[in-house]
Amino acid sequence: MSLRIVVCVKYVPDATGDRHFSDDLTTDREAVDGLLSELDEYAVEQALQISEAADDAEITVLTVGPEDARDALRKGLSMGADKAVHVEDDDLHGTDVMGTSLVLAKAVEHIGYDLVVCGMASTDGTMGVLPAILAERLGVPQVTQLSAVAVADGKVTGRRDGDAASEQLEAALPAVVSVTDQSGEARYPSFKGIMAAKKKPVENLDLDDLGIDAEEVGLAGAWTKVEDAAERPPRTAGTIVKDEGEGGKQLAGFLAGQKFI
Amino acid sequence: MTEVLVYVDHVDGAVRKPTLELLTLARRLGDPVAVHLGPGVETAAPVLAEHGATRVLTVDAAEFADYLVVPKVDALRAAYDAVQPAAVLLPSSVEGKEIGARLAVRIGSGIITDAVDVEAGDGGTAQGEASGGGPVTTQAVFAAAFTTRSRVSRGTPVITVKPNSAAPETAPVESAVEQLTVGFGESAAGTKVVGRTPRESTGRPELTEAAIVVSGGRGVNGAENFHIIEALADSLGAAVGASRAAVDAGWYPHSHQVGQTGKTVSPQLYIAAGISGAIQHRAGMQTSKTIVAVNKDNEAPIFDLVDYGVVGDLFEVVPQLTEEVKARKG
Repeated sequence: MSLRIVVCVKYVPDATGDRHFSDDLTTDREAVDGLLSELDEYAVEQALQISEAADDAEITVLTVGPEDARDALRKGLSMGADKAVHVEDDDLHGTDVMGTSLVLAKAVEHIGYDLVVCGMASTDGTMGVLPAILAERLGVPQVTQLSAVAVADGKVTGRRDGDAASEQLEAALPAVVSVTDQSGEARYPSFKGIMAAKKKPVENLDLDDLGIDAEEVGLAGAWTKVEDAAERPPRTAGTIVKDEGEGGKQLAGFLAGQKFI
Repeated sequence: MTEVLVYVDHVDGAVRKPTLELLTLARRLGDPVAVHLGPGVETAAPVLAEHGATRVLTVDAAEFADYLVVPKVDALRAAYDAVQPAAVLLPSSVEGKEIGARLAVRIGSGIITDAVDVEAGDGGTAQGEASGGGPVTTQAVFAAAFTTRSRVSRGTPVITVKPNSAAPETAPVESAVEQLTVGFGESAAGTKVVGRTPRESTGRPELTEAAIVVSGGRGVNGAENFHIIEALADSLGAAVGASRAAVDAGWYPHSHQVGQTGKTVSPQLYIAAGISGAIQHRAGMQTSKTIVAVNKDNEAPIFDLVDYGVVGDLFEVVPQLTEEVKARKG
């Protein structure tokens, strides 16, 4: 039977842009152009490599997000995923990680899966906990924060590089994995891939389709609340000197003045 | 009596500094109850008591080392049930965040990750009810361009806190060590740890805990040149960091990467050598107290952040600085 892989991807404001909050203290998705979260490209790449190593596999890219989030799906399809699922609903605005993980869990079950692949974190929320929560909700093993991953004989194996040790992990499928930016450069979509993506199926789902009440998600359904957000004041301009042969000594003088030496 | 659970990060009983910071923050919310999983509680307990842990709940089991994350969630859940705390604090490590997140789902509570400060709410208690009286956390977001203050609005707040968020304070108490009973669930054995290679110690301070960090970037131009960065770090007793460009080029290990996909550091002094200061890097270091940089490009964005910058060749400036530091330190 075909190996069913679902890659969870997020559409985020470009991290190199000037990101802000909206009046309701949710992430402003208007002022800065959105794109597929860079860290999710690694997830798509590893899914493609696992698929290429398998006899038979099918990759679905899945996102929860507003209409524009379809761009993230299209990028995944251009890279080589087979089909896409887009969960979109006005009631999802302001959903936190608990709500998003609930929607993803329901959607993943709706699609049918042997392996769920996620990035290590989003580039906007940057929590990095969604894959663990998803595994908890689905009741399947979490094999997360991997810098190398492989699937064979109904098992997923991978290397998790922690602060204290590097661990070799193993779990039976079905499972949820997340991969880091050390897992291998993501491929660029080819022209052929971009053209082919236009013909690939995208299924649209809303909360009703997944049997989720609006109260469980959205800003009002969030289990956390942002009270306020303030722009960090710019750092006061420092002293810049040009090295004329004494730059290191001048710098040492500054550090001594600040009592670092 | 209000109690706050603190998850202890330790290596065979040697308590890591972020846990002492957690105990210090926890005392603002109630009496800290430390949860020590695995071996070494006899080493850890006196340290935890010295930093204000009124109770130490402990259990050792092979499952903690043999399987990933979930056995620890089962144990923390048992501690939660036994204590009924007002809040749960964990270190913002990869594992700490994952344990906290899974616990939060199980107990129906919201989670806040990567807090850099935690204060008692206006109700003076840590109860995270919708009344708004729960603890208030501070986070640096959007590559530290914004500071947000947040609350958990449902259930018992689960909060993970970044290293260096508080200065550890001693507050000695008489502490009782109590045995925790844990029944591991079905999912505990889901992910097997089949091998473990400990990281080799460099003898330098831990990157996220160091008071001074010296980082090298693209300008270092090769693994063979990183000894220049290391020499400066050693003269200052500092940790060594690297930009993503340097790590991607294979010049320095990823465990030393400072930036969005690496470590976030907030030392007293950050020295950037040959680093342009792309957003990816700034996200990991711009909350440092004092920032200095050496870069040959006077238009490098890193100079927008610095307290002191030298426009020049790092191969000239950095060794001269190292010599001068050594000379001044005698």
